[in-house]
Amino acid sequence: MLKLNSIYKTFNAGTVNEKAVLNGLDLHLEHGDFVTVIGGNGAGKSTMLNAIAGTWFVDKGSIVIDGKDVTRLAEHKRAAFLGRVFQDPMTGTAASMQIEENLALAARRGQPRGLRAGITAKERQEYRESLKILELGLEDRLTTKVGLLSGGQRQALTLLMATLKKPKILLLDEHTAALDPKTAAKVLEATERIVQKDNLTTVMITHNMKDAIAHGNRLIMMHEGRIIYDVKGEEKKGLHVKDLLAKFEEASGGEFANDRMMLN
Amino acid sequence: MNIMNLLTALPGAVAQGLIWGIMAIGVYITYRLLDLADLTVDGTMCTGGAVCIMLMLKGYPVWMALTVAFLVGMLAGFVTGFLHTFMGIPAILAGILSQLGLYSINLRIMDNKANQAINVDKYHLLVSLRYIKNVPVYQNTILIVAVIIVVLIAVLYWFFGTEIGSAIRATGSNPNMSRAQGINTDVTKILGLMISNGIVAFASGLYAQYQGFADINAGRGAIVIGLAAVIISQVLFGKIQSNFAFKLAFVSFGGVIYYLVLQVVLWLGLNANDLKLVSAAIVAVFLAIPHLNAKRKGGAGNA
Repeated sequence: MLKLNSIYKTFNAGTVNEKAVLNGLDLHLEHGDFVTVIGGNGAGKSTMLNAIAGTWFVDKGSIVIDGKDVTRLAEHKRAAFLGRVFQDPMTGTAASMQIEENLALAARRGQPRGLRAGITAKERQEYRESLKILELGLEDRLTTKVGLLSGGQRQALTLLMATLKKPKILLLDEHTAALDPKTAAKVLEATERIVQKDNLTTVMITHNMKDAIAHGNRLIMMHEGRIIYDVKGEEKKGLHVKDLLAKFEEASGGEFANDRMMLN
Repeated sequence: MNIMNLLTALPGAVAQGLIWGIMAIGVYITYRLLDLADLTVDGTMCTGGAVCIMLMLKGYPVWMALTVAFLVGMLAGFVTGFLHTFMGIPAILAGILSQLGLYSINLRIMDNKANQAINVDKYHLLVSLRYIKNVPVYQNTILIVAVIIVVLIAVLYWFFGTEIGSAIRATGSNPNMSRAQGINTDVTKILGLMISNGIVAFASGLYAQYQGFADINAGRGAIVIGLAAVIISQVLFGKIQSNFAFKLAFVSFGGVIYYLVLQVVLWLGLNANDLKLVSAAIVAVFLAIPHLNAKRKGGAGNA
């Protein structure tokens, strides 16, 4: 479903701030894979998602989604295949527009936009139904401006928008990191429900090792722009946080995991 | 300071205010919906009138002259949009470049003259300062401009509710999210700029007819008047819960109020040459208020 073939990305090439963030990254995902991604700061986790999303083009290597080479495809065109939820709850929605308007924008992802109505009465009914899966009561607030919602509500809405039009790949970039623990748990539950329902191929970055173990069928650990640990199936289920910490120390040559990872 | 002088001047101020209200609706589209300050309008506010008057002098009917003015305005908006998106030039600078270029183009359109007059008695004008009083109701400029505004708002209300219109609004609200939802934000920005400048040029065509001439300086400071109208509408009507159509109507009222206030301060004895300074100062104050309020409340001060 997703193939990253030896991709490279260097920022600020040729300057003192030069930083090679992706160093020959390889990743192959099967249809229906739910992979969790962990790694220290600057390991290249978000950069990998941005590479898949096409925020910029990679320097070397190729990206293939469901058999289609998208390496040189612009971000807004690639969006047809992708659902994205960002870390910052403010980034995934249009604050000055209503809940239903945001959903209607997402429902048209990957389609040409013309002079047809931006939202129809039939859609409103559908959205009322689909919002129920979030269990936040948003189905009764269709015309509320998104800017009036809490961070957790916005993040849950972004999640629904990302999956309203079934994406080939769902990209979650620490989408619960900015939320309080209780809200984060709720959004994560909603994520699990939606991914299960549609059997979505999913890449979820998290800094919470327990979440990384508890969710998905596969776990990868990144370090210096490469995958250094890749585990799936039964082996993954049997993992403990201390195993991951040990792995991390081993990989980073004794350098200890960062504070944020320790806290969880 | 004869109060009658003021009263007789008021209908004219309302008519001018309404025409500038149309222009302000154009500014609202870029400034509020797209979150871009587009300075192209200082050029297009002259271009539209130049195109309109020259075509009419050549014998074309008024509706055709206004349509062409609208299209030429859209072309100017396209140039700014192209410079901004595909050439990566900051929006303000792209607008200034278009505006400067338009100065020469405007002179060319006007046969290299700074001013081109049109005689209201010889040509069939849609609006004129002569059509304010002592004309049949259906010829009254205030009524005609008001009807045009109603039609314009109806069309814009429909358009910004369509898929492409929603995409333009989303672009102004959150460009990153828009791209993630598959919207080509370069295209939506260009479209918004084109529509905005088309409307401004159309208003310019009306304004030139109203005054009876096209003038090379007609657009100087137009952006400030447009912004003033937008800001006045926000300050006076911002608290009213209103849909998009009413918001646009309030913007055009903003233009009327601006001209009424102007008329009063002129009547009170302000030197007409000082007008632009006063306008700039007032707009600067109102633009600064949100920032100062945020600072006072201890916020980041970047509102």
